[in-house]
Amino acid sequence: MQRTAKLWLLIGLAAYAVLPWYMVPGGFWSFGWLQAWSADARPALVWALGGHAWLLAPVIGLLGAALALATTRGLALARALVVSGALGLLLMAGQGLAILGNRARFEALDGLTQPGMGAGALLVAAALLFILTTGISGLGRGRGDVFITGMVGAIVALVGVFVFYPMSFILIRAFELRGGAGLGVSEFLPRFLAPDIWSIACLLGTGYCGAAMNSLLLGLATATGTTIMGLAFALIFTRTAFPAKRFLRVLTILPIITPPFVIGLVLILLFGRSGTITEFFSDAFGWEKTRWLYGFWGVWLAQMLSFTPIAFLVLIGVVEGVNPSVEEASQTLDANRWQTFRFVSLPLMRPGLANAFLLGFIESLADFGNPLVLGGNFNVLSTEIYFAIVGTVADPAKAAILSLTLLSMTLGAFLAQRTWLGKKNYATVTGKGDSGQHAGLNPALRWACYALALPWALFTMVLYALIMFGSFVKLWGYDHTLTLEHYRRAFGIVVRNGVHLTGSAWDSFLTTLTIAAIAAPLTAAVGLATAYLLVRQKFAGKDAFEFSTMLSFAIPGTVIGVAYVMAFNFPPIELTGTGLILIIVFIFRNMPVGVRGGIAAMSQLDRSLDEASVTLGASSATTLRRVILPLMGPAILAALTYSFVRAITSVSAVIFLVSARYNMATSFIVGRVENGEFGIAIAYAAVLIVTMLLAILALQLLIGRRKLRRADRLQAT
Amino acid sequence: MKGSVRFENVTKRFGDVVALKPLSLDITPGTLVTLLGPSGCGKTTTLRLIAGLESASEGRILIGGQDVTHLSATYRAVSMVFQSYALFPHMSVLENVGYGLRVKGMPKSEVKARAEHGLEQVGLKGFGERLPSELSGGQQQRVAVARAIVLEPEVLLLDEPLSNLDAKLRRHVREEIRQIQQQLGLTAVYVTHDQEEAMAVSDRIIVMKNAEIAQEGTPQDLYDRPASAFIADFIGDANLLDVEICRSGQDTEIVLLDRKLTLPVQSAATGAAQMVLRPHDIRLERSPAPDRLPAKIVYAAWLGNTVQYTLATEAGSIFVIAPPQADPFCTGDTVYLAFDPQKVRLVTS
Repeated sequence: MQRTAKLWLLIGLAAYAVLPWYMVPGGFWSFGWLQAWSADARPALVWALGGHAWLLAPVIGLLGAALALATTRGLALARALVVSGALGLLLMAGQGLAILGNRARFEALDGLTQPGMGAGALLVAAALLFILTTGISGLGRGRGDVFITGMVGAIVALVGVFVFYPMSFILIRAFELRGGAGLGVSEFLPRFLAPDIWSIACLLGTGYCGAAMNSLLLGLATATGTTIMGLAFALIFTRTAFPAKRFLRVLTILPIITPPFVIGLVLILLFGRSGTITEFFSDAFGWEKTRWLYGFWGVWLAQMLSFTPIAFLVLIGVVEGVNPSVEEASQTLDANRWQTFRFVSLPLMRPGLANAFLLGFIESLADFGNPLVLGGNFNVLSTEIYFAIVGTVADPAKAAILSLTLLSMTLGAFLAQRTWLGKKNYATVTGKGDSGQHAGLNPALRWACYALALPWALFTMVLYALIMFGSFVKLWGYDHTLTLEHYRRAFGIVVRNGVHLTGSAWDSFLTTLTIAAIAAPLTAAVGLATAYLLVRQKFAGKDAFEFSTMLSFAIPGTVIGVAYVMAFNFPPIELTGTGLILIIVFIFRNMPVGVRGGIAAMSQLDRSLDEASVTLGASSATTLRRVILPLMGPAILAALTYSFVRAITSVSAVIFLVSARYNMATSFIVGRVENGEFGIAIAYAAVLIVTMLLAILALQLLIGRRKLRRADRLQAT
Repeated sequence: MKGSVRFENVTKRFGDVVALKPLSLDITPGTLVTLLGPSGCGKTTTLRLIAGLESASEGRILIGGQDVTHLSATYRAVSMVFQSYALFPHMSVLENVGYGLRVKGMPKSEVKARAEHGLEQVGLKGFGERLPSELSGGQQQRVAVARAIVLEPEVLLLDEPLSNLDAKLRRHVREEIRQIQQQLGLTAVYVTHDQEEAMAVSDRIIVMKNAEIAQEGTPQDLYDRPASAFIADFIGDANLLDVEICRSGQDTEIVLLDRKLTLPVQSAATGAAQMVLRPHDIRLERSPAPDRLPAKIVYAAWLGNTVQYTLATEAGSIFVIAPPQADPFCTGDTVYLAFDPQKVRLVTS
């Protein structure tokens, strides 16, 4: 305990005395601050002695810890470390929140200003945090393990700062009274209950519905549709002898690596007013060209295409999980195949169906890309939030209220899923090998599944073929001469006196890849570390910890984007306009999936493996590195792949956070779509899909081969 | 003292569940002590508390005279053999055995030498390059033991080490474990629910029930002088017959059904009690006598070296193990039970 505390104390003091306390222009790693050391890039010590006296506050914690280390031992020392660490953090947060960028929060402090915290502040905060957690471990918590308490502390702090802190801004904004008169419901309630949110006029046939009603109806329709479709696919996979299962599997992956808008775009090019299919029916049968696609049905169709794979992935696990012996038992009791399915298999799948439904519901509510492209006059919450921020009349309070509405709907579904389904898991996968066979479907049901799923699969295939085709034609729908024009404009390379990337897309493409490549390993690390703590460690408040780490799953991207803009646009933490904020938003948006994957993988590793390592004298950190990580290859791969892909395809949160310097592929595509440059947009999307496929393959080769060897070794035990 | 283990009123709670009531125990260095009891009795919790895999809710734990209550498992001088062996599947046998030495920062050459010596001690010389999955169950078990002993721990902990082996191998491996423990003079704490295994390997046995110690002593103590009906039944087979003690003292007078018997054993108090009759200590006679209990044979099993009978008596069902006879009894025969009063024990229920 003492050694760790001393180490962090030294780091903290050094950072306080040497590193620039505030953000420096050009970024820390440019080391420009070495020249500006006496100017903007002064360390806290120099600032504190030269006018910013409030910067003496954080050092109180460090000095307290130093005093404790010099004078006491044992439990008294542990308590002193906890107190000084916590005090230091509180004082530091207090001064940061009291004296904001160019104004102070309280009148008494008027005239005091400071920029956003930088590297020095970060390290001092980390030092204080780890002094605190070291003290906690000294009290005997977390089995007295410094590493474990430190890890819990770090994750709690990160989630606190990057999930709860920004979300609190939404709450405050929603309840803020005009003119800075404090908080209250007098303005919130009428705006919250306004008909443009809750109107049900469209159901009564008297006009447009409110955005929340639209979101709700769309969510229910999408969830129902994707669940039924997902079940049909899952049944075809597990209960029939359908020959091209492998091929179907690929089709289920494709929508996951497809950038948003692309499906909407292709649907427009097919079914829009001048779409290929619309034209065909108009010419052949004289049908009227309508704008049916721009509204509920268009968005619903696009969401069905996007989210059916998610329902499928949930349901295939559940359908496979039904113990075949149970089905065999039913058949030996003289039930026919239909009765077996109806009375045994289907009831056992019920929790999985509910799970798929709730996931579809949450995804549909959070979806931003499809409603943006296809919505027309059909307003949903996620797009309304966007327009409240970037529209002609920026109205942050309205954005906050809409965010709160959306958040309460997704959180409600998330909570329902957890409380209602969390404990009900009928899936009967045991460690024992079940040698039985799943009962086949009866013919009627089988044909029903085929009739539902196969045309759908064909439709998906056609869409993807068209994406490729569309990127090579001059102007889809009008001029189908083949051309490389779009690729040349987006990804042109000129070799003259060296290589010049002249294409307009290169900038955002490279930024996207860089940021995704940085975010992916960090996301996987945070997710797997959290999973490790949840599965392997016991500590007070674990349930709350688990809940708060999974929470960001239920926060729609648009909401988190708005929250980040509101929270990180000014000191103490000023991140907008940097690449860092993009990385951070990806980490905390995608972390829950890493956590889930990690939990699943870690649950399969016998706990006695780490206990053996620990009793043999290895520390938790060594155990994690030498025993657990080598055995977790597939989970690491999945987490890396997922976070990489999501970082590339994500749009809802990102669209608020991109800047001229750090533009992302998806927001670049939005821009092209808005300008009507569909060709470039589609070409860009095609390049992204191919890039992601290649990246997934490369990751598979890199980590996957080790996984195979491990699996061989494991099999024989 | 090095190698001693001491619990001072240690308790363990998981939420509202009490896994261990206040427990105190002392383990003498160099002895093998078994924690024996039915599942859920707290024996594994006790072992994990010694290892540092659980932390005590209250009380103090001392190993080698040093207070380790708040010390994490990494820094305790104990090592453990797990029920599942917990061999690292991605490391070779030699890497497994050398793991503890390596993470302590010992030079590679010395790690290798010591690990090879450890393998030699358990009779697995030359198996170092294999993967655990390429060994038989018994061999894996020995690797687990080697991995634990190369660290020269103050205390070796064994958590049901034989439960994954088949019956014949079990006897062999338990003898080996006992030999290694005695050769190295290790303090060992051994957890099992198998009383025969416990009797075979232990210097002392601590029998646990309902999260506390039921009785503690040498194997013979427990067999000959059970303190309760539970111990009598758990250590060796026993028939328990309800009796009434009417006079206690040097000779005890009891009433069994309506027969009055005088036994040359001590008993503390008068009142309801149970008489412990070991199945081996009962003779079956064909002729009645005043102190013989009539019985009917319900089931007879001929096992070669013994014949086992289940009898119905007025005092309840009784189990008897008899030496092989030329003319064994058959189901339905009426017999008369005789026993040596010297071998009878009385326990309070």
